[in-house]
Amino acid sequence: MRQLALLGLVFAALFTVPFVVESESWRTTIIMTLYAALLGQAWNILGGYGGQFSFGHAAFFGTGAYTVAVLQVQFGINPWLGLVAGGALAVGVAAFIGFTTFRYGLRGSYFALVTLAFAEVLRILSNTVPFTGAGVGILIPLDPGAASLQFTSKAGFYWLLWAITLAAFLTAWWIGHSRFGARLMAVRDNEDAARALGVDPFRVKMRAIMLSGLFSGLAGVFYAQFFLYLDPGIAYGPAVSVESLLVPIVGGMGTLFGPLLGAVALHAVSEVTREVIGDLPGISLVIYGTILVIMVLFAPRGLSGLVSRLTARMRRTAEGDRHA
Amino acid sequence: MPDMAIIVPSVLNGLTTGALYALVALGLTLIYGVLHIINFAHGALLMLGLYAVYYLNVQFGIDPYVALLIVPPGMFALGYALQRGIIGRASHGRDENILLVTLGLAIVIENLSLFLFKSDTRIIDVPYSFEVVEILGAFLPLPKVVAFAGALITAALLWLIMSKTDLGRAIRALAKERKGAKLVGIDVEHVFAMSFGLGIACLGVAACLLLPSYYVNPQVGHGFVLIAFTIVVLGGMGSFVGALLGGLIIGVVEALGGLFFGESLGQLGIFLIFILVLVFRPTGLLGHKV
Repeated sequence: MRQLALLGLVFAALFTVPFVVESESWRTTIIMTLYAALLGQAWNILGGYGGQFSFGHAAFFGTGAYTVAVLQVQFGINPWLGLVAGGALAVGVAAFIGFTTFRYGLRGSYFALVTLAFAEVLRILSNTVPFTGAGVGILIPLDPGAASLQFTSKAGFYWLLWAITLAAFLTAWWIGHSRFGARLMAVRDNEDAARALGVDPFRVKMRAIMLSGLFSGLAGVFYAQFFLYLDPGIAYGPAVSVESLLVPIVGGMGTLFGPLLGAVALHAVSEVTREVIGDLPGISLVIYGTILVIMVLFAPRGLSGLVSRLTARMRRTAEGDRHA
Repeated sequence: MPDMAIIVPSVLNGLTTGALYALVALGLTLIYGVLHIINFAHGALLMLGLYAVYYLNVQFGIDPYVALLIVPPGMFALGYALQRGIIGRASHGRDENILLVTLGLAIVIENLSLFLFKSDTRIIDVPYSFEVVEILGAFLPLPKVVAFAGALITAALLWLIMSKTDLGRAIRALAKERKGAKLVGIDVEHVFAMSFGLGIACLGVAACLLLPSYYVNPQVGHGFVLIAFTIVVLGGMGSFVGALLGGLIIGVVEALGGLFFGESLGQLGIFLIFILVLVFRPTGLLGHKV
């Protein structure tokens, strides 16, 4: 309950951001940070709580993004419907990937490889078929207004993103406190033991990948509406997959606030480096990669792991003092 | 239906490309067989090798085939250092961590190269670039024939190392039984790093053989790495013969797929094979528990 109260407090504070922050560039920075937290929490549901490391979350993200874009551009369908359709289709892709891989018990490296390959197949397909605009990309016509899911101010976009992210974090909280979550973590920690206790790993993992895919897909919908442009590299390229997994790894996998912590830390680092060395091609990914290596080497449980280790040490020293 | 005059050269071309794929895959399968990890930095390291060959040629006028004496030993040293200094330390007893660390290395190497070498695609100019050899009535570029022979020789050398030397015995012992190998006094960290170095040295050989008929840019590794994964999975993780055969098969499939369906869809065929094999041949795949 304390965790839920803290979550409520954090999101209540986040809700007020547009009232407090006036500067457009700061608003964009905050939006991109919250968006990274959403991507990260989506990955965390499957990777952190479920222990299934996906290297291809772009498959879900890109599907959500392309769905809302193509429905608007090719069929003139309202993007609010597109939002629902994008989420649903991303869940569909997740179910398909989950069904083909989990059914045959693929885990670890194999699961990572298959997800990577699926994202790559979708990238090549979207680069080839005509209705996605192929390699040229797809441009959503500008039509400001809440009815067309394009808000006249950044605040509107922010609250949309806020709502989706809140839903993702509530889902993660629920996973941490429900029977389903307990089963999922049991499968992560020891699949054979979980099965022996009557847990059906296939069903548990299917539900996790579908939830994960849903929020990645919704993040894709948001991205498409916010930037109004997509191409195969943006939608299905490795950048999204890497950001999705990096955020919870930096913040702390399998923890509720890890993705938020990770998103803030990563964006702080990349803003600072942009100030210091300027916007050079590929430099932000160099930094992301370096952070990934350093985190795995020195803090495999992420920032929240570091924090709890430090507090534990402080508590120990405090107790030690008392005894002395 | 294209007639034999098109199909035969296409198959032969596929075989020569496939031999190079096999060389890349041999390194991957060696590393997997011993360390039980999938090296996601494989493509990025191949790209580094290609740039090494490129700059040796452009700056110092060293022929790519002469660079065979320089680049593979250099790549071996790099691989040894990477395993000993970074990858081996990162595991903390969990394979997932190694996956992540090699992914991180791949991202760093690729984007650093983008920054240092720019995104331009480069080729080298050697006098024999456009020479051809006639085989079975088909005209094949000389560099590709050399690459085919070179790949087979390297595979044979690797087999000799693995079966006849003390190092090879130690590597095989470690692959089979980690604890037992430790008990009989094998320096585990050293042998791990030697295997990783050997796997990366294969990439150095591939880079020297590849560049006379190919190009280099910072993304060049991508295409190879998924293909190499496919081959390793197709041939059976950790199997040398499997990697060699798988490489040749994939080379031919790609060449014929490109011939019949166009280049981009031909590539799609490789990924479909990959997913199908991974999904429907799990018994062969999960010989080692992951």
